[in-house]
Amino acid sequence: MNELAPLATLGAADFKSAYKPIWCPGCGDYTVLSSLTKALATIQRPPHEVAVVSGIGCSSRIPAYTSCYGFHGVHGRALAAATGLKVARPDLTVIVTGGDGDGYSIGGNHFMHACRRNVDMTYIVMDNHVYGMTKGQASPTTEPDWDNKLSPGGTGIRAFHPLVIALAAGANFIGRGFSGDPNGTAAIIAQAIRHPGFSFVEILSPCITFRPEQKGWKEIVRAAPVDPTDDPALAARRIMTDDGFNIGVLYAGHRNPYPARVGLAERSVAELEREFEL
Amino acid sequence: MKTPPQTLDDFMAVALAMENEAVDRYTEFADMMETHNNGDVAALFRTMAGYETKHAQHIMAQMGWTAAPAVPRERICWPGYESPEAAPVDEVHYLMQPWHALQLALAAEQRAEAFFGELAAMTTNASVRAAALEMQAEEAEHVGLVKAWMAKLPPPDRDWSDDPDPPRYID
Amino acid sequence: MPPTHVPTPPAESPAIARSYSVAIAGSGGAGVMTAGSLLLDAAARAGLYGLMVRTSGPQIRGGEAAALLRLGPQPVATLDDRFDLLLAIDWQNLHRFADEIPLGAGSLLVGDSDAGEPPEALRAGGTRLHLLSLKKAAKASGGAWVNMIALGLAGALAGVPVQALQAALRASWKRGAEALAPNLAALQQGVAMAHGLPGERPLPLQPPAAAPAGRWLLSGNEAAGCGALRGGVRFVAAYPITPATELLEWMAPALTRVGGTLLQAEDELASVNMIIGASYGGVPSLTATAGPGLALMTEGIGLAVAAEVPIVVVDVMRGGPSTGIPAKSEQSDLSFAVDGLHGDAPRLVVAPNSIADCLAATEWAVQLAETLQAPAIVLSDQFMGQSRAVIDRPAQAGVAATRLTASAADTVDAPAYQRYLDTASGISPMAVPGTPGTVYTADGLEHSERGIPSSQAGDHRKQLDKRQRKLDRHDYGPQWADVEGDADLAVITFGSTTGAVREAVARAAVQGVALRLLSLRLLAPLRTESLAEALRGVRQVLVVEQNHGGQLLRYLRSRADLPGRASGLHRPGPLPLRPGELCAAFVDWVAAHAPQEATA
Repeated sequence: MNELAPLATLGAADFKSAYKPIWCPGCGDYTVLSSLTKALATIQRPPHEVAVVSGIGCSSRIPAYTSCYGFHGVHGRALAAATGLKVARPDLTVIVTGGDGDGYSIGGNHFMHACRRNVDMTYIVMDNHVYGMTKGQASPTTEPDWDNKLSPGGTGIRAFHPLVIALAAGANFIGRGFSGDPNGTAAIIAQAIRHPGFSFVEILSPCITFRPEQKGWKEIVRAAPVDPTDDPALAARRIMTDDGFNIGVLYAGHRNPYPARVGLAERSVAELEREFEL
Repeated sequence: MKTPPQTLDDFMAVALAMENEAVDRYTEFADMMETHNNGDVAALFRTMAGYETKHAQHIMAQMGWTAAPAVPRERICWPGYESPEAAPVDEVHYLMQPWHALQLALAAEQRAEAFFGELAAMTTNASVRAAALEMQAEEAEHVGLVKAWMAKLPPPDRDWSDDPDPPRYID
Repeated sequence: MPPTHVPTPPAESPAIARSYSVAIAGSGGAGVMTAGSLLLDAAARAGLYGLMVRTSGPQIRGGEAAALLRLGPQPVATLDDRFDLLLAIDWQNLHRFADEIPLGAGSLLVGDSDAGEPPEALRAGGTRLHLLSLKKAAKASGGAWVNMIALGLAGALAGVPVQALQAALRASWKRGAEALAPNLAALQQGVAMAHGLPGERPLPLQPPAAAPAGRWLLSGNEAAGCGALRGGVRFVAAYPITPATELLEWMAPALTRVGGTLLQAEDELASVNMIIGASYGGVPSLTATAGPGLALMTEGIGLAVAAEVPIVVVDVMRGGPSTGIPAKSEQSDLSFAVDGLHGDAPRLVVAPNSIADCLAATEWAVQLAETLQAPAIVLSDQFMGQSRAVIDRPAQAGVAATRLTASAADTVDAPAYQRYLDTASGISPMAVPGTPGTVYTADGLEHSERGIPSSQAGDHRKQLDKRQRKLDRHDYGPQWADVEGDADLAVITFGSTTGAVREAVARAAVQGVALRLLSLRLLAPLRTESLAEALRGVRQVLVVEQNHGGQLLRYLRSRADLPGRASGLHRPGPLPLRPGELCAAFVDWVAAHAPQEATA
């Protein structure tokens, strides 16, 4: 068989809208958008059958830059909105996007429960270790000694380990990508979308304006030296000792996704009303 | 380098993919610059995108292709994360000047030239080697063209990246 | 009510001093905000007053931006109807600001001769266009920044002395001395270009011989933070949100220096509960947010009401509803602030009405909250919060708030300490954890006087009455509103529109139209008796505000007896209400409400 068959009818360009992003030139989110659209092009669903749900922040601007159905909600609640959408409409492919501030701070509670609930969706967090949109405050993944105006001298608080939380809370797929490797990230996202249940992909995406030193990330990220595992205990040991720069699929589990129930009518409303009849 | 292509078809598909990635990247840069009111550099990147489009069309015509063939991930043989000819996204700056843009383009062409040379040295297939050497020569020509273009441009201002104003809120 | 024309400037009068309005615009590294800030600083050094508002496109860096300034010999609290000068370093996307930079006959439009044609939207109304080699001149001045040319040019045209411009630049300079020289030269070059402009131009200002002593230059957000510290706040929980973040960022190091602390919260649910916790512990506490954050905080504010824990929440209002227009001003959280809690939940709402007032009003809010053991919402807005102004030195700090605390003596006459004792004033002594003999559990559940949860009708009635009574019986003094004039037609407003309304009333007076002005500072509880007294002799009222639904009008109609048939003049953000359009509207309104002629 000729392995160089022509591309399927949909390409990445079909998943991009006409709106040009307002992100700073040099922002990692540009390549994340590219990776997302490349990944979507491989899952053989037209854009109108995909929904992209987000919160508030630079990363959360992504839905309008795709040609999918989008929902730009309020700060930190994207996972809740996406959960409602997917449970009500299990036929759609639901992608959730946002940043580390939106997702791990105000969104932290919803993050934990989305992992636990294991509804089939894919959560992509563009992590730049800062609140970019509000001009540079520490986020939960910011280093404790990073000086900033709201916490002079740094927060002094240990950074959050989102992959550890995700695993402990029950996420069924955990991966990490890097915006400097758009094709590799696209592959991880595509795998995440295909994997049933709650798939969590953290993408290191440098903020060129507030964390210009993150340009150096490309020197320290590396392909994870291990194959993905489906053993939660093994994954826990790996992720607990991970330094935050191992790229790849780290965990792909076998939990059953939250079952789709909406739409399967068993009885009519009139039949239900009979219970009140004397 | 990872395993070089073993057939001419495979090789030309990789070369075409490189050109197409460069088109996409330069177009994206042009849009970024336009959104950020940097019209001169936006125009320059669009011109670059135009050149790469021509190169891509040339390859398609040569091979008689109407659509770019898919290149499976295992066949990607370039050394870094991205195509040698795609300028990295983190190397643009909203205040960059035309000279900087050409410097990016120059680096891209030089990387492409080096890549084809390495590939030619590593492949065992004669037709692939010949094609790779031809590509290398073309990239060398592009390098010369960009250098000549750069020579005509004024050098960047010393404080080109200085913006007295701080970043702004929008959300 | 959209602006339909640019009114001619008012006649000179002592009540309305001549001012000069200048907009400096540009994109991508032009540095217009810095130029504007330096111009304001220079004007202050020269003894003038001024106000600077910022506006920008959606990009975080490099986007189109404009600094909008109004300078004059008296305190400036509002932008004028039009700009005397628009200096554009380039025209990129400037058409987006056409609504915000109204120009008229006699306005100067100055641009760079290498930047192409100005957009049509800015050419209307007989403006005079001058194209100069701004960028080239900057390059020729040894690689200086073009915004220095702009600073010199705009400063000279406005009448700000070059010494003041130089002093402002020197004081702000953070790079090496060698880099300063070309920029000073560029400044001089800009001044020379101004003097070389042919043709007529708007009259420049005449700075006073000596600068008035002791003035301040700050933003409304900074003023509010400072007022909070004066009031005694020593704990702040913070979650960033536009346009309140700078208030919190100012307080972070300031608090540490005065022995307090700021904690960044994970979200607004956390920050409101954190300040309730700190305040329960005896420390006056505050947070600052905007509409979406206030919405999250309502459950916590209700808890503070029911448990009688003092807190202050500053709401820097922005365009709503929901995510709305984050970087623009509006007065559309009023209804929410005065009524938006479940249950019968009386609370304090204080609205500063100028950048200077942000300090005094926030200080007052802290004092009220501590005295009345209740939550206070401070309704600031983006216009005041993020704009900077030269203000007269604020009055000396008042006495910091004192909370009525409980000591062991309060348990003498009762078997146990009664935190929620039903007193005549409604205020019951509040025990501070760590004090022996007055242990209690604060509770959002309805409770007895002892603080034990209760569903009894008697307890509920008693506590509801107590919480209402303590706010009603307090003597708020004259700060509840600014009342000016004694005409029989009155204009009522609140917050940042006060500046434009006050100037419009002054302009109307020049035309022989007398109006009484009320700017309400205490919005909740509404002092209906004080309001009736302030409106004694008034036949009709017009309520002016910057929102879509006429929220203050509806609120006053529902709670107070207003004379005649109250009307409203309201328009939502993002554009500010301007004195000229307000004056024209007032004159029309007064004419429509002329007293009935007695028939012979």
